[in-house]
Amino acid sequence: MKRSPLARILFWVAVTLIAAVTLFPFYWTVRTALTLPRGVYAHPTAFLPPELTLGNFERVLGLVDSATSVRLGGSGQSINFFIFLRNSIIVSTLITVGQTFFSAAAAYAFARLRFPLRRQVFGLYISALMVPGIVVLIPNFVLVKTIGWLNTYQGIAAPAFLMSPFAVFFLRQFFLGLNRELEEAARVEGAGRVRIFFQIAIPLSMTALTTLAVITFIYSWNDYLWPLLVGRNEAVRMLTVALGVFRQQGAQNVPDWAGLMAGTTLAIVPTLVLFLALGRRVINSIGFTGFR
Amino acid sequence: MTTAAGRSEKLGRASVRLHESGVALLFILPSLAGFVVFFVVPAVRGLYISFTDWNLLTPPRPVGIANYAALLRDRDFWNALKVTVFYVLWNIPLQTVLAVAVALVMNAAARSSLLKGVILLPWLMPNVVVALLWLWLLDPTIGLINVAVKALGGPLLPFLSSPGMALSTIAGINIWRYLGYTALLVFSGLQAIPTEVYEAARIDGSNDHQTFWRVTLPLLRPVLAFVVVTSVLGSFQIFDTVAVTTKGGPINATKVFNYMIYQQAFERFQMGYATAVSMVLFLILVGVGLLQMKLLRAGEVET
Repeated sequence: MKRSPLARILFWVAVTLIAAVTLFPFYWTVRTALTLPRGVYAHPTAFLPPELTLGNFERVLGLVDSATSVRLGGSGQSINFFIFLRNSIIVSTLITVGQTFFSAAAAYAFARLRFPLRRQVFGLYISALMVPGIVVLIPNFVLVKTIGWLNTYQGIAAPAFLMSPFAVFFLRQFFLGLNRELEEAARVEGAGRVRIFFQIAIPLSMTALTTLAVITFIYSWNDYLWPLLVGRNEAVRMLTVALGVFRQQGAQNVPDWAGLMAGTTLAIVPTLVLFLALGRRVINSIGFTGFR
Repeated sequence: MTTAAGRSEKLGRASVRLHESGVALLFILPSLAGFVVFFVVPAVRGLYISFTDWNLLTPPRPVGIANYAALLRDRDFWNALKVTVFYVLWNIPLQTVLAVAVALVMNAAARSSLLKGVILLPWLMPNVVVALLWLWLLDPTIGLINVAVKALGGPLLPFLSSPGMALSTIAGINIWRYLGYTALLVFSGLQAIPTEVYEAARIDGSNDHQTFWRVTLPLLRPVLAFVVVTSVLGSFQIFDTVAVTTKGGPINATKVFNYMIYQQAFERFQMGYATAVSMVLFLILVGVGLLQMKLLRAGEVET
């Protein structure tokens, strides 16, 4: 379509504005993370870091001793984002692997196998999508506490490990759209359902499974309230929870912005890497998940 | 003979069925276990807890509807209702209008993959991270925005520290996070509109303005309905941003439902009361969801 020059200019102004508003807060975070606290205070508007440094990262990753930490502008308190980074990776990976696999198995049964109460059970799963998380949060906390899983990885991962209604729904839709012919041919050859699932259905669904896995990983990585309740201990504390705790600290109630932004950057990077590698699928899945 | 053969065939089919059901059970069992243990039982148990007085230390004591009765007299409850509704009103209309605008821009781009990726970034980040980015930018003393406003001779803007501004500021932060995601949903709706429709409108002499209001928007209606309903239900449940930025303050100005429930349960250990509030929130959400669907379906254009 031909457009007038004015419309073209307006279009580019809009695109630039959208991109700038979206990206600038990220840039400002990274800029602050690369500036020592004294620079952050002395030059609050400098567009580039007044003195480029990795000191904040060394400090929040616990790579320097207490004296050096104070020299770098910290409180000298030991902070170890390595542990939190590790915890977030462990919990999110656990949830992603478990949830994707078990949801795929269930979704396959709902899409392809006949069994009593199939529609009713699936309907129940779907109805759980409408229940606000806070309703089951308190009883789930009580359950995890009762079985002694507070402050353990399995306690944080458990509620999302075996399924999520969304994952089952998403994958069932995908399996329903999959051509049956290959599976039927395999059945004629005498292959059992389990073999067909592992050797035909799963390989044919790698795109959908990867998309779901990426979304699940990001969701688990981002979760805050549940890990805040059941994983407060440093040994299992996830990044989001650690950032919340870190924000409350800081000398004389003044937040340690440079350190905080370094920690924030650490939380951003893994998602960014994942998104750069597999983002197109996530983007393409959004219309899909929205409508079917 | 025929009957015997028929019976054995029937029996054979029945055994295939039975076998298939057995395999199916194997497939759904793990998910079913997760569903029962972490969704069904807690929902029922939550309902039970809401009729008790329980501090986690001593056994729950049944109190009938006392929690629900107390809630109706609780100023905090009514405050939470008011704050949450205002939050939704700050959040949703602006977010939806901006999302449609951004979707139209994406639709005008020949290739919009890069723009799509960029605009989706905030949605991929944890709420906690998004809250911290803006907490820093909006800091009253050395945050960039206030320093810049001051340099231009403007007043100090207490974004998150004044009762008057905090709630709308949080709404703004969340609009920033969800705008790209919402715009992508609207965009996929725009893409689903066949180009012939636009051509027909042009041939009929409709200008861009008319086409948007009379053709595009009505055809977007189902998508917009979906977007509005899901974002309203989501924004009723805001917690993370409040927990990181204001903790419900200043003076309860941002104490939304989920934050109030969190405090009742995990700071005051009133499990019964907290679950009662969560049940009422659930009912409100069911009501709001049904009402919205009714409103958005009413006057739907038949196509």
